[in-house]
Amino acid sequence: MVTLTIDGRKLKAEEGQTILQVAEDNNIYIPTLCHNEAVKPYGACRLCLVEITRRGREKLVASCLYEVEDGLEVKTGSDRVVSNRRMLMELLLARCPNNKEIQDLARRLGVEETSFQQDDKQCILCALCVRVCQEVVGVSAISLVNRGVDRQMGTPYYEPSDVCIGCGSCAYVCPVGAIDFKDVGDTRYIKWPSSQMDFKLKKCKTCGGYWIPERQLEYMIEQTGLPPGTFDNCPDCR
Amino acid sequence: MAKKQQTSKRLGSVEALEALRKAILASRDPDKPCVTVCGGTGCHSFGSEGVSDAFKEEIKKNKLDAKVEVKVTGCHGFCEKGPLVVIKPADIFYQKVNLKDVPEIVAETIIKGNIIDRLLYTDPDTGQKITYEPEVPFYKKQKRLVFGNNGLIDPTRIDDYIAVGGYAALGKALSNMSPEGIINEVKKAGLRGRGGGGFPTGDKWQSCRDAEGEKRYVICNCDEGDPGAFMDRSLMEGNPHSVLEGMIIGAYAIGSHEGYIYVRNEYPLAVKNAQTAIEQAEEYGLLGKNILGSGFDFSVRISRGGGAFVCGESTALMASLEGKVGEPRAKYVHTVDKGLWEQPTNLNNVETWANVPLIIGNGADWYAKIGSEGSNGTKIFSLVGKIKNTGLIEVPMGITLREIIYGIGGGIPDGKKFKAVQTGGPSGGCIPESLLDLPVDFDRLDKAGSMMGSGGMIIMDEDSCMVDIAKYFINFLEDESCGKCVPCREGLRRMSQILTDITEGRGKDGDIDLLERLSATLVDSSLCALGSTAPNPVLTTLRYFRDEYEAHIKEKRCPAGVCKALVTYSIDEEKCPGCGLCVKACPVEAITDMGKKKPVVLDQEKCIKCGACYDVCKLGAVIRK
Ligand SMILES: Cc1cc2nc3c(=O)[nH]c(=O)nc-3n(C[C@H](O)[C@H](O)[C@H](O)COP(=O)(O)O)c2cc1C
Ligand code: FES
Repeated sequence: MVTLTIDGRKLKAEEGQTILQVAEDNNIYIPTLCHNEAVKPYGACRLCLVEITRRGREKLVASCLYEVEDGLEVKTGSDRVVSNRRMLMELLLARCPNNKEIQDLARRLGVEETSFQQDDKQCILCALCVRVCQEVVGVSAISLVNRGVDRQMGTPYYEPSDVCIGCGSCAYVCPVGAIDFKDVGDTRYIKWPSSQMDFKLKKCKTCGGYWIPERQLEYMIEQTGLPPGTFDNCPDCR
Repeated sequence: MAKKQQTSKRLGSVEALEALRKAILASRDPDKPCVTVCGGTGCHSFGSEGVSDAFKEEIKKNKLDAKVEVKVTGCHGFCEKGPLVVIKPADIFYQKVNLKDVPEIVAETIIKGNIIDRLLYTDPDTGQKITYEPEVPFYKKQKRLVFGNNGLIDPTRIDDYIAVGGYAALGKALSNMSPEGIINEVKKAGLRGRGGGGFPTGDKWQSCRDAEGEKRYVICNCDEGDPGAFMDRSLMEGNPHSVLEGMIIGAYAIGSHEGYIYVRNEYPLAVKNAQTAIEQAEEYGLLGKNILGSGFDFSVRISRGGGAFVCGESTALMASLEGKVGEPRAKYVHTVDKGLWEQPTNLNNVETWANVPLIIGNGADWYAKIGSEGSNGTKIFSLVGKIKNTGLIEVPMGITLREIIYGIGGGIPDGKKFKAVQTGGPSGGCIPESLLDLPVDFDRLDKAGSMMGSGGMIIMDEDSCMVDIAKYFINFLEDESCGKCVPCREGLRRMSQILTDITEGRGKDGDIDLLERLSATLVDSSLCALGSTAPNPVLTTLRYFRDEYEAHIKEKRCPAGVCKALVTYSIDEEKCPGCGLCVKACPVEAITDMGKKKPVVLDQEKCIKCGACYDVCKLGAVIRK
């Protein structure tokens, strides 16, 4: 057990917890974009910055990564935190001026407009999709390609991926809705910012509804070792 | 048979090493002439390889093989004057030596002992010819503790290194010192990391030794991605054993049995010489099992880096070593606790490692006397840009910028005025003339808004536009950003856009403020030091050359006449005699000859602002505004 203060509140926490986890447990709001419980922290969006005091010196750290320690003092809304967060939001807003999630978050953090030239992108490169695909689904069908300002997320060489099972976890986890995902009839369409694919869906033996990409089903059978017949019916009809 | 030879070379004890040293020295005649040809990067590009081959041939032709030795060494530092040849034992210093000079040098200097005046260096201050290497002002004002042996040894021969006292410090460490004792000695010496941050080396070793883990690693950082910097490479190429010796001592102190040298792939000679050095050290039992009979085991492997600038950053380097994408991670958990493969890892720069044998060999007290308060020892710098003597120099810390630039560097060429020096690589800062008397050390460079970095020094003269310079470095860093975190990736791009706007005449009120706010966010919130130090070129040029930014933004004028969009050329009709030189120089026929004694006419529509007319007119009749 460690004791720390966040915004003046004395709190108890488990060793190994991050500042962000402790804040969330105690209903203290810290904005995040690249964080998701399902995957390892990554520290790329920097929105979760908080100010800590250590050996008498103040500094900003990413709360999604910083593990609490005894006596730690944290401020989630100091002037320095707020001005950094707003500048980060301005940068994101310049990148994705037409993205609704970014607009909403910007407004929530007190940013109405950006001082910079505007692009028209949707993806913020938080890599949640890539990390979920790798760490949770376990297939690594998508990745970040190119370095620096040319960085993009997509399938390797922007070609349809051999290994993608069409599960749609990437679209589900995307914090800004940058991945399009829809099922129309017997086909699932997934559209990433720089490539797209479609997947044939499997029909439920009982209700006749299309419910899962065939490739995903094959992957599940392979992973679980269950007999193919197990998945003849959709979960509702099982 | 081969195996037997190998085992017979093994040195089983410190005494055996000392006996070998004696034997090597005894077999060498200190008075035997030796022609050393610099094979460093600079001299190599001037054709030094041909020169050394020619010497070997010429000496054979004269049947002097047994009497004269030819040695190809690492970089001597005075690259400006290459190819460099030094003839020992007298240290006769010949510069800019050509293939066709070789027979004459052999016939005159080696056989007859005559000096060839033409090949001597002339001191530009006194106009005097200088015969001997140590008297050349460029070298005289240096203190070449780490780098000096480069000129004495053939880096591919371990015996050369042993002959100059190599591995004696290792012998001392293994036989007379405890690991704690070594760490204390390094702490007491006050050695600070030469790779950028200036972190106290002894403290780092201590933390790594104290950290819990199954294994501990030591790594040598020879990524050196700064444009214009080549000291780490030159040290690795020219004296790889000094780096290895430092690593072995460090590994023993830390309790590590595995080490890596991370070298960028674009440095093939550094890779090759490091590899040769490792093999030779293994043969002598200075690496491998039971080093010098002490019971200590340590092996070193080379890993070639892909060459991205960011791969020099500690966490990115370790990711790259593990075969992953070379991207930094947050360092809230230090690499000394969890580094390579999650094990305690100690990373030091090439030059840091090479300082270790000096400290252990000569003692911390000796070392601590060199340098300035808080920055002990020497530092190697690469002097490039608008400076007469480009090259590599090693100086005691605390020496002033003026002494470096004028005393050693010889000042600014072509009679131009000094304007600024950028220290610390691309994310260092630009220091103005008013601070020329600043002593160069870790803390004072930091205070001036710049940094020691790896030791790059780029000199700029009056023809440099400081906004343009800031833009250049920001563009470099933008290209090198890994793109992982928002402030660095997006922030550098916006900074570059704003600077481009300013230099192209689209600067607005508020741009300076925006640059400052953006800089503050990069400093505060970036994931790694690439982003957090990247604003330095902007912040320092704003601090020391703000008027230039204002001239660009408010008056749409580039005071240095560099930013094309803001410059106009015109003809001063009073001064122009119509000689027509500029007419010929203009590549786009924008200037018309109006006949003798009549001023020429410049068509602004056609002018591409290349400045050719301005450069060619010696009468000042072309006006640049
Ligand atoms: C972007 C970036 C690039 C770096 N490049 C190098 C490099 O090329 N060589 C180096 O020794 N250190 C480099 N460093 C510093 C290393 O992260 C690390 O601090 C250093 O190697 C530690 O060794 P030292 O304590 O001996 O200086 C770089 C740091 C950053 C942030
Ligand atoms: S949530 Fe911590 S950096 Fe993105």
